[in-house]
Amino acid sequence: MLTVTGAKVSFADVVALSGLDLQVATGEILAVLGPSGCGKSTLLRAISGLQPLDDGEVRWNGENLDAKPVHRRDFGLMFQEHALFSHRDVAANVAFGLHMKKLDAPRRDRRVEEVLDLVGLAGYQRRSIATLSGGEAQRVALARSLAPEPRLLMLDEPLGSLDRPRREQLTAELRTVLRRVGVTALHVTHDHDEAFAVADRVALMRAGQIARIGTPAEVWRDPRQSNTARFLGHTNLVNVGPRGEVPWGCLSVAAGRVLLRSDAFSRLNEASPKFEASTESTDFTATNSLTATVSEVRFRGDRFELVLSSDPGDCKLVVMDPQPAQVGEKLSYRLDPDRIAILDDQDDGVA
Amino acid sequence: MLLPAGLVILFMGLFFVWPVAAVIHRGFGGSGAAGGLGEVFASPSHRSVIWFTFWQAAASTALTVAVALPAAAAVARLRFRGRRLVRAVATVPFTLPTVVVAAAFEGTFDRLGLAGDGALSLRHTIWAILLAHMFFNYAVVLRIVGAHWESLDARVEDQARVLGASRFAVFRHVVLPRLAPSLAAASAIVFLFSFTSFGVVLILGGPTRATIETEIYRQAVVRLDLSVAASLAVIQLAAVLALVIVSILLERRRASSAPAIVAAPAPRHRGIGLMFNLGVMGLVLGLPLALLVERSLIAGDGSYTLRHYSAMAQRVNLLPDTALAALANSLQFAVPAAALALLVGGAAAIVVLRSASLTGRTVAGLTDVTLTLPLGTSAVTVGLGFLLVLNRPPIDIRTAVIVVPIAHAVVGIPFVVRTLVPMLRSVSPRVREAAAMLGASPWRARREVDLPAAARGAAVGAGFAFAVSLGEFGATSFIPRRPETLTAPLALFRLLGTPGDALRGQAMALAVSLMVLTALVVFLMDLWGDARSGVF
Repeated sequence: MLTVTGAKVSFADVVALSGLDLQVATGEILAVLGPSGCGKSTLLRAISGLQPLDDGEVRWNGENLDAKPVHRRDFGLMFQEHALFSHRDVAANVAFGLHMKKLDAPRRDRRVEEVLDLVGLAGYQRRSIATLSGGEAQRVALARSLAPEPRLLMLDEPLGSLDRPRREQLTAELRTVLRRVGVTALHVTHDHDEAFAVADRVALMRAGQIARIGTPAEVWRDPRQSNTARFLGHTNLVNVGPRGEVPWGCLSVAAGRVLLRSDAFSRLNEASPKFEASTESTDFTATNSLTATVSEVRFRGDRFELVLSSDPGDCKLVVMDPQPAQVGEKLSYRLDPDRIAILDDQDDGVA
Repeated sequence: MLLPAGLVILFMGLFFVWPVAAVIHRGFGGSGAAGGLGEVFASPSHRSVIWFTFWQAAASTALTVAVALPAAAAVARLRFRGRRLVRAVATVPFTLPTVVVAAAFEGTFDRLGLAGDGALSLRHTIWAILLAHMFFNYAVVLRIVGAHWESLDARVEDQARVLGASRFAVFRHVVLPRLAPSLAAASAIVFLFSFTSFGVVLILGGPTRATIETEIYRQAVVRLDLSVAASLAVIQLAAVLALVIVSILLERRRASSAPAIVAAPAPRHRGIGLMFNLGVMGLVLGLPLALLVERSLIAGDGSYTLRHYSAMAQRVNLLPDTALAALANSLQFAVPAAALALLVGGAAAIVVLRSASLTGRTVAGLTDVTLTLPLGTSAVTVGLGFLLVLNRPPIDIRTAVIVVPIAHAVVGIPFVVRTLVPMLRSVSPRVREAAAMLGASPWRARREVDLPAAARGAAVGAGFAFAVSLGEFGATSFIPRRPETLTAPLALFRLLGTPGDALRGQAMALAVSLMVLTALVVFLMDLWGDARSGVF
């Protein structure tokens, strides 16, 4: 198990880690998610020993790694740019760590074949690095990191340099490979979709600290802080008055600040008698429902993204709706109270 | 196009091709003279001179690389305050006249008690030559290898560390193979400079150590055997030509293997390693210069004095004029030499760039090689050629003072071309197109975009030519001795070669003066533009 306590690193003018605590259980895949410049890469460099800590410590199964040099830690680190050895072929790249471990040639070759098989590059041994596509280079880098069987594999934006479709495909593959190997992994990314797809748990990092940690579902449903919510792609952050008042009416929640998830809205269709006939029709208008004007419509394939503007105020809400709408149309929505998250703070306006 | 081409052909034809052709003709035993190549190769003493030239150059190269490589690593991989300054200061020795470098080492040996008859004496040993070559060429390795190292992605090295490689293993398996092209290119240049080194070998090697270069001088000027001198020059030319071709090929490889993405290394401070590195650099580069200055201020009884400097105004029997007059002569020669070099070198740069756009890379490459050749052609060969052909009016080497700036210009022109061409080439046609889109006429666009770049290049190139002229020793040493043609390096050479504290002190004072003048020119040039251009 990896334990980081009170890790501090600062450079001339910026603080990269400000007393960060983190634990990764053996066999777990943890994604560290955060905007660029939040100190994610520094965290990985600090754990691997490439960046000395100003304060705090890194332990593996209780052993303090402070005095252990980088090359004795048995950790793997995969960079965004792959950092392949361009002067060596694929096999020599993958075998580098085994070579450093002084494995004999036959065992080395066997292991190289094994990991190349694992990442779907069987038979690539003699290929030169220059001839690889972006996806292939990424797989070679993964194979190279896995070959010496590291105790902990760290991945620094491993898919960052790929285009969208390749990325989604490789994200799925990556999880499969990491699971099959059973390696403890620390995956750093700025893309929440990627983090959710790969990791068992997600840690949100902000200003050199872990702001929120939990399973992807927990974190997405209840981000707790406005900036975390915005970073995860949520847009509907609303201030609530002392009696539950919001720009379009009232909500049956406590005063403060709430997040209305995009899956919390269901349209009240005038034409459909189902909702009108509901016995709790008064609730719809008094609480947890709203009527607003559609100000933008964006086609998103399987549904429509509608921007609603509340009539008196300047509150804008984004709603995912399977049905189309016209700009200027007035629509009513019901809000599912279970899909409203209470936030701890006031919005600072920064994602 | 025709005018600049004509100017280049006329000047270089008259003052480079013709003299060198005469040397080659004579060297092969032409015009009925006895001797020729066969005789030179038959003589064991000449064979040993040739052999010594090669191995001292190889040893100098190995020593330079070994000493400068850790510093290149520090400059490339560590971020620290004053990093640029370190790189600029480390380049100073390379810009110094070779006679000054030799004087610095002579002064250092004097002060450290390494000049006597004891077992520790370095004077007139191979070590004196190797150390001076290392001192002189340190910056070549530091800058070429350092720049390449800096452009290599540092994360590849980090990756190797994480994969279990110790620092040494990273260097051996990851850094060295990727660094190979620039290491080879830098080595080729250091080898070339050490191979054709003249002043350093002549002064520090003493009477017993001779390279091809110093032997050409000795045969021509001391023994007056021009045929043997010419034959040796032919061998020298052939070797240099081969080396230039090899170094150009290496440069091609270096260019093509340069990575597209240049990643800045992460900030890291390794205090102790850095201090050690800078300490070694300071010792290697600073000590000889510091001791030279100190030596120039010390009287025979060990007290400090300015006597040696005031003595520069008095004529000694050894010299046809005072040391001060020699310094004034040098400055007076440097102005027309720099102007000539800028005129012809500028014309050549235009030819290189235009021919590149008109005829494609092959011809441009060929022009480039032709103009690089004088850089490698030893100044001594040029001097010998002058001695062979410029022996009747209107330009007679025995009477025409103008021979001196012309010789200096010939030596300086390659520096001008190699500075100007990359600077002009670096102006992207896009910028010119953008200027045109914004409404500038073609001429206006050239004036607004190319002229500033050209002016900078011209200033730097002229500065180079000026500095080269100040320190020129090889070609000038062939010009018959007269008060009007006595330059500072010539006076320094004569003073250094004569025993006695007063003369030696005056030599050191003259060396310091020449060093200060050169450093001043280089400093002004650095102010004007990035002097790092194409010369390396």
